[in-house]
This record gives sequence, C-alpha cells and structure tokens, in this order.
Amino acid sequence: MSSKETWMRQIRAEIGVVAKADGSAMFEMGNTKVVAAVYGPREVQNRSQQLNANALVRCEYTMANFSTGDRMRKLKGDRRSTEISLVIRQTMEECILTNLMPRSQIDIFVQVVQADGGTLSACINAATLALANAGIPMRDIVTSCSAGYLNSTPLLDLNYIEDSAGGADVTLGIMPKLDKVTLLQMDAKLSLDTFENVMQLAIEGCKAVADYIREILLENTKQLQYRRGT
Amino acid sequence: MEQRMANTWRMTVNEKKFIETALESGLRIDGRRPFDYRKLEIKFGKDEGSAEVHLGQTHVMAFVTAQLVQPYRDRPNDGTLSIFTEFSPMADPSFEPGRPGESAVELGRVIDRGLRESRAVDTESLCILSGKLVWAIRVDLHILDNGGNLIDAANIAALAGLLTFRRPECSLGGENGQEVIIHPPEEREPLHLIVHHLPIAVTFAFFSYESSVVIDPTHHEEAVMGGRMTATLNSNGDVCAIQKAGGEAILQGVIMQCLRIAAAKAGAISDMIKKEVDSYNTKRALLKIKRHSTPRDVDRGASDIGLKQNSSVDQMRVDEFSGHHVQRIKQECEEGIAKQSRDVESETKLSDKTQTNRSNEDTKNFIGGPSSWDPYSVGVDSDSLKASLASQGMQMPIEKQKDSKGEETRSEAKPEDAPENNNPKTSPLREAESAERANGEKTLKDAVKAKNRKSRRKSHSSSGPS
Repeated sequence: MSSKETWMRQIRAEIGVVAKADGSAMFEMGNTKVVAAVYGPREVQNRSQQLNANALVRCEYTMANFSTGDRMRKLKGDRRSTEISLVIRQTMEECILTNLMPRSQIDIFVQVVQADGGTLSACINAATLALANAGIPMRDIVTSCSAGYLNSTPLLDLNYIEDSAGGADVTLGIMPKLDKVTLLQMDAKLSLDTFENVMQLAIEGCKAVADYIREILLENTKQLQYRRGT
Repeated sequence: MEQRMANTWRMTVNEKKFIETALESGLRIDGRRPFDYRKLEIKFGKDEGSAEVHLGQTHVMAFVTAQLVQPYRDRPNDGTLSIFTEFSPMADPSFEPGRPGESAVELGRVIDRGLRESRAVDTESLCILSGKLVWAIRVDLHILDNGGNLIDAANIAALAGLLTFRRPECSLGGENGQEVIIHPPEEREPLHLIVHHLPIAVTFAFFSYESSVVIDPTHHEEAVMGGRMTATLNSNGDVCAIQKAGGEAILQGVIMQCLRIAAAKAGAISDMIKKEVDSYNTKRALLKIKRHSTPRDVDRGASDIGLKQNSSVDQMRVDEFSGHHVQRIKQECEEGIAKQSRDVESETKLSDKTQTNRSNEDTKNFIGGPSSWDPYSVGVDSDSLKASLASQGMQMPIEKQKDSKGEETRSEAKPEDAPENNNPKTSPLREAESAERANGEKTLKDAVKAKNRKSRRKSHSSSGPS
C-alpha cells in the first residue's frame, strides 16, 4: 500500500489518563481526539435492570461543546449521540465475556474532545484500550477504522472535510484475531463491487490499528512489571 | 440510557433452545425458508402521503407532510427531509410513551441515512426562494404492532408515503417576485416529489455464531438472535446504507453474500411498491376525471345527484353550445368514458361519435361508446342517431330541457333507439338513463321489468305524432 490514498492518519494512544476510573485511555487519529473511561465491574445501580446471567454493559457517548468548530449546545441525549452510544455498547458487549461477571455492571463513558471525522472509530479504539486497562476479560480486542470513496478512489481514514464531501463513508469494526466483522456502518451510494474494495481497505486499516494497540498494551504491561519490581 | 425496561418480555430457555435447534436444520418457527419474506401488504389512506404497511404481523404507518421553512445556512438551495418515529406503546410492552428509546432513534436514523445520503429524494427541487424558503418534508412513522423487523416495514411505509405525497404548487409573485403564493389543490394540481430511486432495507439476523442466517426475523427470532444487519439497497444494485451495530461477529465473505441476496430482495420489493403506488395513482386520477370532465346542464338538475362538481366554466360551455365547445368537452370526456361506465346511469356525457351540431342540448350529453364493463354492449351508431334526431329535432322546444321534462324529451327524441329501460329513480337519473337507452346498450336495468314502461309508451305515443 504505497499510494497516499491508502495511508491512515497519525495514531497516538495513552493509557490511564483518568486516574479515578478503573480503566481509561485517550486515542488520537489525526486531529480527532477521544477519551474513554471504564468503571466496572461494579454493583448494578438500577436493580430492575440487573441480569442474572451476564454483566450489564452501559455506554454513553458525548461530544464536548468545544469539540467542533462551532460551539454546540445540548449535545448529550440528542439522536445522533443516542445512536452512537447504542452502537458502541453493542460492539463492546460482543467482545466482553459478560457471562464471567453476572449481576454486575460495566460502564463505558466516551467523550470526544476534538472532532475531525472518524469519531466513532476513535471511540471504539479508545474503549478497547480502556477496557483492557481495567482488566475486564475480553474475547478479543475490537479495532475500528473508517474508509471512504471519493473521486473514484477508495480513501482510508477520512477526516471531516472528506467526510462531508458527499462520498461514501464506511466505518468498520473487527476482532483481528478472529478476523470477523462486528461493526459495519455505511452511508451514501456505492455499487456492490466498489463497496467490497472499500470494505477491504477498511479491514486493512483496522489491522494496522490493532497492531498499534497491541504495542501500546505490551508497553503498558512492561511498565507495570517494572514498577512492581519484577 | 434505559435500554432494558423491567416489563420487557423475556423468552423462556425452552423457547430459545427450540428456535435455535430448529434453525440449525434450516427450519423457522413460522414455516418460512431462511431467505423468505413474510407477506407484504401496502395500503394507502385518505390523505395523500399516508401509507400503511403490513409485513406479516408487523404494522407500520407513515405520514408525509410538508412545510415551508428557512433552509440551513450551509445549504441554501436544498429542501430538507426529516424522519420522526413514534413507537406506540400498544405495539410492544417494552415501548414506553414519551421520548423515543434507543431502538426508535436507531430506526429513524437508519431510514434517514438510507433516504438522505443516497439522495433518493431530490432536495434541490424543493427550493422555492434560494436562501429564504424551502420545503421541509417530514415523514412520521408510527409503529402500531411490533411483529419483528420494524426497520424494513417502516422503510417500505416511508417510501410508499413519499411516492404518493403531493405538495402544493407555489409560484413567485408580489412586487419584486419575492412573495410566494401557495396554490390550493383546487386551483392547481399538487406536485409529486421527485424520487430518483427506491432504497429498500433488508434485515438479516444471525444466530449461534454464524451457523444460521435468516431474512426478515420475527419478534421471537429477534429475541434469540445474536446479531442483526440491515442493508439498504436499490434495484440498481447500489448499496445505499448498511447498519450492523455490533452484535455477533461475522466473516467478510458472509457479509458480501448477504448483500447479494439483499440486492435480489430489494428488486422484488421495489417492484411491488411501484405496482401498488401505480394502482393508487390510477384510482386517484379516475376520481379527478369524474370531477372535472363532465359538463353540467344547469337546467337539467343533474347536479342534484351531487356526483359532479361543476365549475362555472363548464356551464359556460354548455350554454354556448357551439360545435367547437362540444368538441372540446368531448375530448375531455374521452378518457373518462371508458373508465366511467359505472357512471353512465347517473351522468350525461359526450361521445366522440356524436359529431353533429345539435340544436338540442339533451342530445349533446350522451354516451355513444360501448361501456367497458358490459361485455355485450355495442354502442350506438351516430348516423342513425343523427337521423332520428333530425326527424325530431325541430320539434324540441328549448324549455323542454327543464329537468322534470327532461326525460320525456329524451324519450321522444330517441324512441326507436331506446330499448326498454326502466327508471324508477328520480328524474335526473331518468334522463341519464334514457340517454343510455339511446346508446343501444343493454344495462342492468333492462333485466328488471319496469313499471314505468307503460307510462312512457303512453307519453311516447301521445307525443309521437305531434
């Protein structure tokens, strides 16, 4: 993949940014910056929602008022946030081994600090890191990347300008070890073959993110080992 | 964030195991094959833009309305399309009234993405005054019964509503062309929305880690499924939107296969939608033709029937009674004639066979063509009619066109041509029926023995020699 269209933006991640949370992470993809915090497993706050066989996973997605160019009001609870919260929750629920923690609750809070396209992908990557940081048992990590199609070229990792240009936008989330797709969202029109190419490109992007995430986690574990003195 | 309510219906372990085991052998609990849709019914309501869809047990209604608003700042030339969903509590015990829950928001956004991003509805044609006034189209989706697979049913309802919706026509006027005049539907025909293509949503459900994939899950199957994917495609094979919000992970190859199956299903469903919309539009056009095409003789009192709405223009035509006008009205009626055979009894119409100038207004309104519903009707021969009229024509004083005497005049005018026809109804109907008699067509009335035959014969004979 040598041509510039198939390059991702610069990724940067950091673990443990929210000291109070059980697990937290910050993930940057280009100019998009997202912070995730995980609380759990802990006691269910709302008894009526308790599940006897599995852990209850809750997720909340918010965008900070200052995250986009214009200052926004009332972002929490609007329809887009509700849908993205639902999507993140269902994606993470799939990879968490919820049957190991019955009658408990895991909260995932994701806050977008800077938005420049690809916020959903960044949120999922940040949530994965935060869950790993919290020590919650998972089937596999979930990584996500977006790809698009503009001017007859498939592009990887769209930023806001490319996204609003009206071409297609495909957001993909995979479990890299299992090589299976868990999240797939697409809008705008594409023919079936073009879509297959774009999806393939997004999968490559996801795998690249997965490599980076594993590196970060490995680095983090080494740090912990060092501090423990082993 | 209340994703699970205390009163959600939970499935028993037995039912779950049963459904899963049956699916492993490719059996579904309602007897369908894995890639079969349930029975789809589309109905339209009284208002334009209202549609009702039954997909098996799932029942969804869509209403389309339009309003003039200011456009968005960054898109001054585009109208807007917005989707609102309402999950009525009667549809499912877990739906609560008030703010839409997560699944309601998801449904609205999936349908919205399918319609808006793929540019199915042309928004530029909704612009009236650039930067100031555009049409905002609003689609309200009401879920009345949750039998599973709400997204597909709601999508079809929204499309059916958008295809049959008509917005009022408006023109610019005022001093500097800045005022917008909205024409009511009586004045000018409302316009269709421009819909470029039909994005159809097809939902797949995955079970037991990909061992089974089915289309169009029912409520029970949804409670058991591990994951769901909705693919929105149009009949050209373009993918308009995909929504797979987490859930069971599947292989890339399975996704492509599902998309191909969805393409086939989308073609079938969009054909069905188009067929239903076409038949609705034809019915509507029929109603319109009835309204405008029949000229009324005021004297006749045919308006008593109340079947026709008459404009003063029609009257003018009638009164003027020139050959030119007769022609014009005939042409309007031509198309109406074939379709309105039912109304033969109650309306008087022109036939293109009656080409003569008649001094008699009665004979202007008459159907010469064969009726489309009666297989044995033959239609009257205009020449013989002319001849009979000529012989009687001079003796028709104008005042005999008054309604009460209308039928008598008629009967005198066409004694030979008229088969026995019985008309126990009021006089306006009588005259209409006598007009029909003049056609030489046999109607249902012929089958019924008339009490009035004798009286008519009398009048006929009495006025015959006169």
